Amino acid sequence: MAALKIENIYKKFGSVEVLKGISLDVASGEFLVLVGPSGCGKSTLLNLIAGLETVSAGSIMIGDRVVNDISPKDRDIAMVFQSYALYPNMNIRKNLSFGLETRKMPKAQIQEIVQKVSTLLQIQNLLDRKPSELSGGQRQRVAMGRALARNPKVFLFDEPLSNLDAKLRVEMRTEIKRLHQRINTTIVYVTHDQIEAMTMADRIAIMKDGIVQQFDTPENVYDNPSNRFVAGFIGSPSMNFMPAKVGIDAGQAFLIMDTGNGRSHKLTVPREISPLAPWNDREVIFGIRPEQITEDTKRSRETGKNNIINCEVQVVEPTGPDTLVFIQLNGVEVTCRVHPAAARRPGETMALQVDMSKAIFFHPETGERI
Amino acid sequence: MPDMSAGNQRLSISQTIGRWLIYAVLILFALYFLLPWIVMLLTSVKTMADIRTGNLISFPREFTLEAWKSAWSGACIGVKCGGIKAYFFNSVKMAVPAVAISTLIGAVNGYVFSKWRFRGSEMIFSLLLIGCFIPFQVILLPMARTLGNLGLAQSLSGLILVHVVYGVAFTTLFFRNFYVGIPTELVNAARIDGAGFFRIFFRIMLPVSKPIFVVCIIWQTTQIWNDFLFGVVFSSGDTQPVTVALNNLVNTSTGVKRYNVDMAAAIIAAFPTLLVYIVAGKYFVRGLTAGAVKG
Repeated sequence: MAALKIENIYKKFGSVEVLKGISLDVASGEFLVLVGPSGCGKSTLLNLIAGLETVSAGSIMIGDRVVNDISPKDRDIAMVFQSYALYPNMNIRKNLSFGLETRKMPKAQIQEIVQKVSTLLQIQNLLDRKPSELSGGQRQRVAMGRALARNPKVFLFDEPLSNLDAKLRVEMRTEIKRLHQRINTTIVYVTHDQIEAMTMADRIAIMKDGIVQQFDTPENVYDNPSNRFVAGFIGSPSMNFMPAKVGIDAGQAFLIMDTGNGRSHKLTVPREISPLAPWNDREVIFGIRPEQITEDTKRSRETGKNNIINCEVQVVEPTGPDTLVFIQLNGVEVTCRVHPAAARRPGETMALQVDMSKAIFFHPETGERI
Repeated sequence: MPDMSAGNQRLSISQTIGRWLIYAVLILFALYFLLPWIVMLLTSVKTMADIRTGNLISFPREFTLEAWKSAWSGACIGVKCGGIKAYFFNSVKMAVPAVAISTLIGAVNGYVFSKWRFRGSEMIFSLLLIGCFIPFQVILLPMARTLGNLGLAQSLSGLILVHVVYGVAFTTLFFRNFYVGIPTELVNAARIDGAGFFRIFFRIMLPVSKPIFVVCIIWQTTQIWNDFLFGVVFSSGDTQPVTVALNNLVNTSTGVKRYNVDMAAAIIAAFPTLLVYIVAGKYFVRGLTAGAVKG
């Protein structure tokens, strides 16, 4: 059963259309991440689900109820805000119980819930403190506790980790995911950080300009992006894009790559993934992830189909587990991910193996997948 | 590096001279502004004989609080000779409710204009702000007419109403600018928690509003307590505030002008505003700038 169903939603602020026909279907217990660059409408969408804004057209269903005209407090949702929005004048216990008191829940029951939630989040010893006396991570936990106490049908998270430092962010990421596995409630989570999206989501909705670009599992979004925007947005370092001319020889498609110094090389495209037949002698955008261009090893020589290119190394960036090597292909800077021991120095020539089995192609004008 | 320390030395000398110059100028100005106050204080504790023979800033030859006693409870205002005591309490009875009501209304207004905006709310806010720029004199006649129709003419309640109406523009501005700096996410969180308009106001907004309350109360107290024009126009006889009574006291002559009583009465009339500034002055500056920077 769908916990949340969004159908063809439009939202206008004055004459500006922020959301242009969004439809999403979230199963009960699913972890949905809305991700996109700032201004894409993801936070607006979350506010619409929460009921803090009203939709211009379309419908929102939570459970089996259309909630378009229902006020936030009656929607059976809870929200965690970017700034945590803890009530500064109340101690943590009050912060957790404020919503329950407002709903006139009996005192004994409130106490029990506060106890349970604070144990779950390990904030029992903070209950009598004020929010200003807490660290960022603790405030974050209290904000989640306040949402948990309500035991809603849907949790809404609005960029909850963006105010934390990098290390804490990674910790809290895991903690939220673990929490989700324990309580198994539907979560809608907004972030601009594609790594958060990839690591946490059951499904990701990537948004841009008020339109959902792709709504799919993290694996599919990564391996099978529906357009150039999604391909470039997901993954770090970003996917390489280069214009490349298609040639077809005996039914076998290949790309002509200029590897510098006037030399060029043909990269053969495996037949099973090749939709390039209509593009003979035309230019496409060739997309390939950095980890698919690696050092030439014996094993790759055996499995690969002779897709080895020799290129001059321009910049080298060690990251620890891998080293990023920057080269020029078809006049564009390309990132390759190689084993640290195999990386050459800038100025030297390096043989690189291109795994074409995961290569993807985009229309040069529209940016759509070919 | 010897030359560098020499440079420091020279800089510090010129700095010291600069400091002293600044202090000298500040002390000069402070004296200039305090002089009337000193003259008032000295005059109020002199005897009339002393005032006639001595000069303005000479110390009293004989210290007496007779003038204060007289100003408080004996001096003649018009035909009544009961001092300014009754009028002082008139002012208290006027200022306390007027300050409280206008501040509370301003708080609710500011809350609405910052957190519950509606279509046209900015427009209404702008119109309200015009209220800050309307000179007192302009509204005298229409207000007299209105008070007459309401049956509040020449009464303390009428005077309170005038001050509340006139003060709301300022208090709304203060509170609105302060609340704009309070994150709207707080209000949204409370809305999702199920709290309504007034519950959010009383439980979330009011507890964080102390600084702006101080600003409003100081501002309004000063305005209302010191007001003369509304007092003289919209009240009469027994309902007059202390500012009007002070004027009448000074103008009531019974042969000889008793400067010491006049001065004592003036100090008594100014005392509450002085006290408010001394007690809460630092919050005043702090609250004003806090609102300004965040807003």
